[in-house]
Amino acid sequence: MSLHEQDDPQLRAAQEQRLRKVWAPPKGLCLKWTDTNNDAVGAWYTLTAFGFMLFAGVLGLIMRSQLAVPENDLVDAAKFNQLFTLHGSMMMFLFAVPMFEAVSIILLPQLLGARDLPFPRLSAFGYWSFLLGGVFVAGSIFFGAAPDGGWFMYPPLTTRTDLSGLGADIWMLGLSFIEVSSVAAAVELIVGVLKCRPPGMRLNLMPLYAWYILVVAVMILFAFPPLIAGDLLFEMERLLGWPFFDASRGGDPLLWQHLFWIFGHPEVYIVFLPSIALFAMLVPTFARRHVLGYPWIVLAAVGTAFLSFGLWVHHMFTTGLPKISLAFFSAASEAVAIPTAVQIFVFIATIWAGRLTWSTPMLYAAGSLAVFVIGGLTGVMVAVAPFDWQAHDTYFVVAHLHYVLIGGTLLPLFAGLYYYWPLITGKKLSDRLGKIAFWLLFVGVNLCFFPMHLSGLEGMPRRVFTYPEELGLGGLNMASTIGAFVFAIGVAVICVDLACSPRRAHAKRNPWDAGTLEWLAHPQDEHWGIRSIPLIESRYPIWDQPDFMRKVDEGRYFLPDAEEGRRETIITTVLDARPLAVVRLGTPSWKPMMTAFTLGGVFILTTYHLYWAALVSGVATLAMILWWLWTGTAEIPEKPSKPIGHGMELPLYISGSSSPGWWAMFITMMADATAFSGLVFGYYFFWTVHEDFPPAALADAPGVFWPVVALAVGLAAWGLTFAAREVLARGNIGIARAMLVAGWLACLGSGAAGLAGPWLSGMDPALHTYPAIVWTLAIWTAAHAAVGAIMIGYVLARSVAGYCLPKHDADLRNVTVYMHFLALTTLVTYLTIGLFPEAS
Amino acid sequence: MSDSETSRQRRKWHERLRVTLWTLIVPPTAWAAHFLFSYLWAAISCAKTDSFAKFPVLFLAGTLMALIVILVSGWIAWHQERTPGDPPPHQDSTEIDRLRFLAKATLLLAGLSFVGVVFTALPVIFIGDCR
Repeated sequence: MSLHEQDDPQLRAAQEQRLRKVWAPPKGLCLKWTDTNNDAVGAWYTLTAFGFMLFAGVLGLIMRSQLAVPENDLVDAAKFNQLFTLHGSMMMFLFAVPMFEAVSIILLPQLLGARDLPFPRLSAFGYWSFLLGGVFVAGSIFFGAAPDGGWFMYPPLTTRTDLSGLGADIWMLGLSFIEVSSVAAAVELIVGVLKCRPPGMRLNLMPLYAWYILVVAVMILFAFPPLIAGDLLFEMERLLGWPFFDASRGGDPLLWQHLFWIFGHPEVYIVFLPSIALFAMLVPTFARRHVLGYPWIVLAAVGTAFLSFGLWVHHMFTTGLPKISLAFFSAASEAVAIPTAVQIFVFIATIWAGRLTWSTPMLYAAGSLAVFVIGGLTGVMVAVAPFDWQAHDTYFVVAHLHYVLIGGTLLPLFAGLYYYWPLITGKKLSDRLGKIAFWLLFVGVNLCFFPMHLSGLEGMPRRVFTYPEELGLGGLNMASTIGAFVFAIGVAVICVDLACSPRRAHAKRNPWDAGTLEWLAHPQDEHWGIRSIPLIESRYPIWDQPDFMRKVDEGRYFLPDAEEGRRETIITTVLDARPLAVVRLGTPSWKPMMTAFTLGGVFILTTYHLYWAALVSGVATLAMILWWLWTGTAEIPEKPSKPIGHGMELPLYISGSSSPGWWAMFITMMADATAFSGLVFGYYFFWTVHEDFPPAALADAPGVFWPVVALAVGLAAWGLTFAAREVLARGNIGIARAMLVAGWLACLGSGAAGLAGPWLSGMDPALHTYPAIVWTLAIWTAAHAAVGAIMIGYVLARSVAGYCLPKHDADLRNVTVYMHFLALTTLVTYLTIGLFPEAS
Repeated sequence: MSDSETSRQRRKWHERLRVTLWTLIVPPTAWAAHFLFSYLWAAISCAKTDSFAKFPVLFLAGTLMALIVILVSGWIAWHQERTPGDPPPHQDSTEIDRLRFLAKATLLLAGLSFVGVVFTALPVIFIGDCR
């Protein structure tokens, strides 16, 4: 198709009509919830997370009301425990993290000039999981069953079922479920950033928001899985009595603290960086210039991401670890100030070098930086271990973390709200209400949290439901309470502003005259994302590329049509964004929602010890996933390739490391391997803290024989799958199938042999931590072998049904990635449980 | 291929290395590996021997290795960041500009990682026991 063809208005109208039809959202009271397009799912996601934020905020207000005066009796101690636990847990798990995912699901495809992210149904699945898990956790407070052990749920208080009730299970299982949806979102966002950029958008031209999201999504892969591993051990202890954290049977509560904070500290940066990413978009717009020091921002994002994994012990300074260990973490905690400061200076420099247009979003940005810097400075203080020993568990820390999170996450999100609202709705919010709200928030946050520094230093401990009058802290607490309500009024003003929005007039397209791709959107009418996928030559194409908007709108770039009536987007290379293929995207479907609900059933039913029902739900989940995959993935296209304009012809089917599916599997397995390493860490952690581990009386189990057999057979399964992939690529379908059958048997055999070790040697996991952790590793690995067998069986079935063939081998290539990781898991597990007791 | 051409290519081997997202994270990965190593070294030696080596050779070797990896990758990045061709400000969609950007970011990360490793190593000098 030449440019001339696009000159024809009739052709353009016909293309638009086809695109409109293909991207039309499902209509009807029920059917509209089957939508998978990012503009719908992202909006639901954002609203839900916003709702949870308001809910958790009200919990905070109740706490502040209780603490307003000494010896108050508005709520009792038990309810207060539930309030602060749920407030913290919800703000972190149900607001901050999902909000970043929600905003990214809306913005990222627009920023990348993609029609949608590569796995729209996965986004929908993540949303429904989040909604169900969130309602389950939040709703528990109405039944007096909310978790009450603090947002970090330290054992043994929370693992002993006589000291803590159902709330601990609700926390563990409900939030594990939400962690699954976070990992799903991370997969979606990473593959989106790496593979769905428009042609020409090399890594050096990527919008900074995309850089931040890439970094944060990778952080999720390494931060959330240790908590998932911890949750697993935790529930094994609560439900089955396996003593991982019970010191009387060889366990150690500190293991939980390690696993929790390996998640918990990076988490702070996981919620901070995406908010700063919003600044990276809005600061250049209002400074009317390119961001200064683009590579410096990338340094800051990547550097912060790495360093944030070396900070977790600074939450454990008072646990009696050797001082030298504390010092390592103290050093890293100080070092992270460097990249954090770099990005703040870059923004200041950009504002300084540009011609600043003052606006409501900028007001929020400036205010949040001020608040954040105060939180950052007290952070440097508590990173010094001796200071932390004084301030630990006092309101000083409460003040610090709220300054950081409100300045680093909440206020920037409000800046983003005022900036991006026209992108979502086509209407601006009120500048007047926005400014009133800002000053209420700004005064409120300082009035609420600044006095807490002082009350903390004067000895007010955290998590107490009241305090005696003689302490002399009544005045400071009253100030904090007034501040909290002023802040809440500010939030209420924003809500009023949002509620007034439907009655306001439409703003023009790109109302801030920004330079980045997301402002090409047509918020009011079109759902296709972008009319044609542009060729990118600059970081700010709307500013720099002549006639850019018109060319995009007239379909003069790539993929301006949907001839075959399919939802499509372009897949490009990771480094240079060279077009590789056109992929067909998932369409509206019930499957993601139903899969989320069946998976939710597994977690929720387990909470109430309804194990058989949970098992049924698990089988239903498996069936749903297989159905979803079978009907929606690795489809063989009706023709090998299609033209995308400008004389380019792209294939419609790709497999292996250039395809999004391969990347999704690779990324998922990185998360899985990280969770596994959390369990292995547990094994060796016990070895370091105990004089004799494994204990001499138990050390002869599970023996060497069965682990070595399981290892050998497991590696054979890997080799067979790998060989089948190569054989199939050379066209020998029959031999490949035979190898897959053998691989399937080997997977099952390896899992069975792995379990035979602890089983036949009669290891009792409730007796001591050693058999418990051995069983856990063996079960984890056997379960993965079973999943491997299911995958190989699936590929075999696809092969027989004619979907997995020499030139169309995506399924087998993706399963081979899984098998690489399975081989690694097998190797580590069986060497650890089989040979380590011999060596130690 | 003439001798001078060969030697020119040999001189510029570091400029011909492929730069990817993986090479970008070499310096911070070296920091992370060193950090993990330091933590494990301290935890295991304190827990298992209950004493602290007077002259921790292992720790010193690990630290030097991490610093060398960081310096080498920073040095390579420093050269690659100066790859000639294409006009400044090097913000276009060209192969060289992308290379220069990744190299610059790697160089900056090498700087940060170097400081990070030194920060981690300092406590060993000042704290001489396992208390």
